[in-house]
Amino acid sequence: MRCNTSMAEVNVIQAINMALRRALEDDPAVVIFGQDVGVHGGVFRATEGLYQRYGGKRVLDTPLAETMIGGLAVGMSTQGMKPVCEIQFQGFLYPVLDNLANHASRLRTRTRGRISCPIVLRVTHGGGVQAPEHHSEAIESILAHIPGLRVVIPSTPAKAYGLLLSAIRDPDPVIFLEPTRLYRSVKANVEDSGDGWPLDCCDVVREGDDLTLVAWGAMMQETLAAASTLAERGVSAEVIDVATIKPFDAETVLRSVSKTGRCVIVHEAARTAGFGAEIAAILAERAMTALLAPVGRVTGYDVVMPLPKLEKRYLPTTGRILAACERSLAWG
Amino acid sequence: MAEGQTGKPDTLVAAFEIRRQQYLDEHGIAVATLPASAADPQFLKRLYRAMSQARAFDAKCVNLQRTGRLGTYATALGQEAVPVGVASAMRERDVLVPSYREGGAQIWRGVRMDELLIYWGGDESGNAYADPRVRHDLPVCITVGNHALHAAGVATAFKLRGEDRTAVCVFGDGATSKGDVYEAFNVAGAWSLPVVFVITNNGWAISTPLERQTAAKTLAQKGLAGGLQVLQVDGNDVIAVHDAMQEALEFARAGVGASLIECLTYRLNDHNTADDSTRYREHAEVEARWPYCPLKRMRAFLENRGLWSEVDEEALQAELASSIEHSVALYLAHTAPAVDSMFAYLHAELPAAYLAQQADALQHVDG
Repeated sequence: MRCNTSMAEVNVIQAINMALRRALEDDPAVVIFGQDVGVHGGVFRATEGLYQRYGGKRVLDTPLAETMIGGLAVGMSTQGMKPVCEIQFQGFLYPVLDNLANHASRLRTRTRGRISCPIVLRVTHGGGVQAPEHHSEAIESILAHIPGLRVVIPSTPAKAYGLLLSAIRDPDPVIFLEPTRLYRSVKANVEDSGDGWPLDCCDVVREGDDLTLVAWGAMMQETLAAASTLAERGVSAEVIDVATIKPFDAETVLRSVSKTGRCVIVHEAARTAGFGAEIAAILAERAMTALLAPVGRVTGYDVVMPLPKLEKRYLPTTGRILAACERSLAWG
Repeated sequence: MAEGQTGKPDTLVAAFEIRRQQYLDEHGIAVATLPASAADPQFLKRLYRAMSQARAFDAKCVNLQRTGRLGTYATALGQEAVPVGVASAMRERDVLVPSYREGGAQIWRGVRMDELLIYWGGDESGNAYADPRVRHDLPVCITVGNHALHAAGVATAFKLRGEDRTAVCVFGDGATSKGDVYEAFNVAGAWSLPVVFVITNNGWAISTPLERQTAAKTLAQKGLAGGLQVLQVDGNDVIAVHDAMQEALEFARAGVGASLIECLTYRLNDHNTADDSTRYREHAEVEARWPYCPLKRMRAFLENRGLWSEVDEEALQAELASSIEHSVALYLAHTAPAVDSMFAYLHAELPAAYLAQQADALQHVDG
């Protein structure tokens, strides 16, 4: 361990805080802003202590206006700053889409590289925490459809730390989705090493030979649980954490499926045109001869994200994932 | 307010007024003591020259579009005093955040006419701006009003870094109906940002006249809600626009805060080359506005002072025609963008995930 690093058991929120602290320390161009991120430390405490340590010129509380947060980030980034902004809940991200799709993702292309937008937009992602309406959406596929954006989503404290540092260091806009359900429920030892986690790479988190499970974000919990149950049944499942949704590292998934011949994709976002459809299409295009069974999808339904009373009936469960795996294994 | 005036137990807590600034009437006669900036005859002639250039270039763009050599183009006929008055007050290190009718301002600051043609001709490389003086200026914003927030962001960068620079944003009357613009006014006021917002109120947002755009008596007053310093000016009086800009820029430089200037002008042409304004606007209305043309006014002013003559005008028009033709020749000779350029600037470095698509595009270069 290097002398300036320290190892600590942290949850996802603390890992994010650690990465933000490191980024503020390392790069004077980094500025954090958003609603309640300053004095208050953020509604989830992701920015706790940063205002007190780095002051009001590095950590700014904004007026309550999401469109403004997106537009301000675009303007600041065109002049060499690295805005790291927080949108408190995914349902509040929609007003920012205009600036993401029309400006942040396009200015490098529009100006032939004269101007770029090194923005990181941190947004909570997904349900399962009994939150009010509009707080539990999962719209990664809408974001992934915008050319020029990177979309990443950690599933562990270590990836939260490393992916956030890489996102901030990337010279182009990155949407950093934070699975709300994992904020405080997952803990691990994370070294404050300053090392980023590679962008554009899927992560094989469990090796296996019989079936490939692909998931991301909070769904990694149910997916890994399903893999453990399958192991008890004598089925060896390989589990891939997509981690970086866009650009998508198809090679890692193709390599796995060419070995297992079976694939089940899990996501909590609605089914139609969800990112699972893109992965299934890539497998249809490039792994046809390797497939022993149709690609399976376990997803949220094509319905309005329900309020807490029904959200557990909406989100994929280990049981639904296992059922899909059994359907896949029944082939051939 | 004392009881009795409204019959309710209320108190007057705020009252506002909107001032309109004008130095020259439509005949070019000074209606007020001219500002110090108008003391230099060479500078006055520069303003007139820049407006004439903007108009001649605009006419050339329309002509090129009509003859199939340019894409859809948004004309700025009749509102040349706004971009020229704005840009002429800015310093090089300030940043312009323009909408799509500010060619006159962009040219003043250093964007080349052939670059504007390349952009309107359908090639992003026209936004690359070779002149280092404009390397931080944003390209035109087509999505109405979004860029008011970008300007606030530019100004935030300047303020946080303690730089003596100002962001200047120009948009039309239609943009003032958008939430982005209100949000920009609000944050600019709340954070005392070094930014100047300029409304080119030309009376029309495509087919929607101002009276159907808003019930507000002025657009300047919309800035009051955000705590901005606001002013309305005769937007066909380049001396008034320049003077108002200079004052607003000094206000920003002094660290006092943001301003909003509403420039009253008129769109003498269609919205753009794809528009036909006879569908929604009376010809008589347009005719009635020609006497207020900003060029006619400035030329009369210069002539009255013995600073301009028919000979000067002919020489200017010949010089402009020649330089514009030169730019057109550069534009027409400009190499079409390489197919690969779609991919080359997507990210700083093209991610491996897109290499196959890039190869596909290169393989089918000829269709």
